[in-house]
Amino acid sequence: MNAPAPLLRRVLLQGRYETMAMLRNGEQLLIAVILPLMALVGLVITPLLDEFTGSRIDLAAPGVLALCTVSTALTGQGIATGFDRRYGVLRFLSTTPLGQNGLILGKVIAVLSVLAIQTVVISTAALLLGWQPEIAGILPALVQLILGAGAFTSLGLLIAGTVRPEATLAITNLLWVLLAAAGGILFPTASWPDVYEPAAQLLPSTALGDALRSALMHAEFNLTASIVLLAWTIVASLAAIRWFKWS
Amino acid sequence: MVRVIDGVHLRAYPGQVTALLGANGAGKTTTLECAQGLTRPNGGSVRLLGQDPYEAGAGLRSRVGVMLQEGGLPQAIRPVPLLRHVAGMYQRPRSVDDLVDRLGIGNFANTPIRRLSGGQKQRVALAAALVGDPEVVFLDEPSAGLDPQSRAVVFELIQELRAEGLGIILTTHLMDDAQRLADYVFIIDAGKTVAHGTVAELTKATDESAGVERLLTFDARPGLDLAALRALPLEVHEAVPGRYTVAGALTPGHLAQLAGFWAAQNVMPAAIHMAPRSLEDVFLDISGKELR
Repeated sequence: MNAPAPLLRRVLLQGRYETMAMLRNGEQLLIAVILPLMALVGLVITPLLDEFTGSRIDLAAPGVLALCTVSTALTGQGIATGFDRRYGVLRFLSTTPLGQNGLILGKVIAVLSVLAIQTVVISTAALLLGWQPEIAGILPALVQLILGAGAFTSLGLLIAGTVRPEATLAITNLLWVLLAAAGGILFPTASWPDVYEPAAQLLPSTALGDALRSALMHAEFNLTASIVLLAWTIVASLAAIRWFKWS
Repeated sequence: MVRVIDGVHLRAYPGQVTALLGANGAGKTTTLECAQGLTRPNGGSVRLLGQDPYEAGAGLRSRVGVMLQEGGLPQAIRPVPLLRHVAGMYQRPRSVDDLVDRLGIGNFANTPIRRLSGGQKQRVALAAALVGDPEVVFLDEPSAGLDPQSRAVVFELIQELRAEGLGIILTTHLMDDAQRLADYVFIIDAGKTVAHGTVAELTKATDESAGVERLLTFDARPGLDLAALRALPLEVHEAVPGRYTVAGALTPGHLAQLAGFWAAQNVMPAAIHMAPRSLEDVFLDISGKELR
C-alpha cells in the first residue's frame, strides 16, 4: 500500500516547482523584475516625486517594492493559476497526495520566494542609486510585505478561480497598471483630490505603499495600513473559498 | 442544481478492468469525478477503497491514480521533470525511468508538454497517473488521440496492471476499447446505468434458446430483391446501396439458404463478413440511434 510523502515535503516540492515555473516565464520576469526596475530608475531621474517630502529614491524604493508584490502575488500568480485551471492542472494535482490545500500552500511559498528575490534585486539597485532606508524600519517593512503578499495572493486566486484565464490575464495586468498609476503604490495619496483620498486609503495598494514608506522612511509600523491589508486578505480569501472553481 | 447523473450504480473490483461506456455527454466523466472525490454528489453514496473520496485525505489519494480527460498537465514543463515532481508526492513511487521507457516518453523528453501531440500528452498523463504506484486507477478516455502503435502499448500496459491486481476504471465511447479491454462493462446513457455485464453477457442473445446472435454483412450489386430471404427468421436489410445485413441467430442451414439465394440471383458477393453481435449493436439497441 502506498503512502503520501510527508505534508511539509509535498508543500515544499510544490513551492519549488511553482517558483521555478514563475522564474522561467519570460513575461512574468518582465513584470516581476524589469518593469519595477524601470519604474525605480524613472522615478529617480524624473521630477514626478518632487512634490512630496523626502528624497526621490527614498520615496521611490518602498513604492517599487510594493509594486513588486502586486506583480508577483496578483498578476503573475493569478495568470499562472488561471491557465493551470483551464488545463485541468489544478484538478489533477488535487487528486495526488498534494491535494487542494497543499496546492494553495505551494503557491504561497512560491509567491514569497519570488518576492524575496525581487526584494534583494530592487533593494540592491536602490542602494546603488543612493537609497538610505531606516534600518529600524526593515523588520516592520518585511511584516507589511508579507501582509501585502497575503492580500494580493488572495485577490489573485479569487480572480483566477472565478473568470476565464484570458480575463484573468487582462484584469490582473490592467490592475497592475491602474494601481501603479493611481492606486497609491508609487505616489503617496496625500496630495490627491479630497474626494479620492479617503477612498484610496482603503485600497490594498495604498495601504501597502503607505505601510512600506512609513517603515522605510520613518521607521514606523503603520497599523492602519496593516489592518486594511489584513481585512483584504480575509475578505478575498473567504470569497475565494466560496467561489473558487477548480475546473 | 444540475442533475448530470441520477441513477448510476456501479462497482469495480481489484484485478479487473471496469469500463464505463456511453455517448459523449452521457455522464461518464461526472461519474468518475464523484468517484475520485473531485465532485461532491448531491445524493447517493460513493466509496473508494472503503472511504468517502470527497472527505478523504492524502492517505487515500496516495493509493489512487487519476488520468483526466483533458490530461491535466502543466504546459510549460517537460515530461520527465513533471513526472519526477509528481513522484515526489509519494513515499514509494514507481520508477520514473521505467515508465518513461515503457511508454516511449524518452522520444520526446525534451519537448515542453504544450508542444506534444495529443497521443504523446495522453501517454504522459497515463504515466502521471501511474507514477504513485496506485491500487486503483481512473482513466478517462485513455485511448483518445492515440495512434495505433501507442494504443497497442497503452492497452498492453493496462492489461499488465490488471494482472498485477490493480483495479482499473476507464471510460470510453469506443466499443472496440471496451470489447478488447474490459472485464465488466457498465453502459451509461443520459445519466443512468442502463445495462451491465461482461462483454460476453452483453452481446449474448436476449433469448438463450435462440443461440448466439450474429451479424452477417455482404457486399453485392445494389437493389437485389430480398423477398426470398424475408421468409427466414432473420432481419435482412440493404443498409446502404450495395451493402446488405443479415442479423439474428444464424444457423448453418441459414447460410446454405443464403448461398442458394445468391446462386438464384446470380450474385457473387464482393465481400462477406460475419461476427457475433457486437457491443456496438447492444449499445445502439439500448440507447437508441438518435443523435442527441
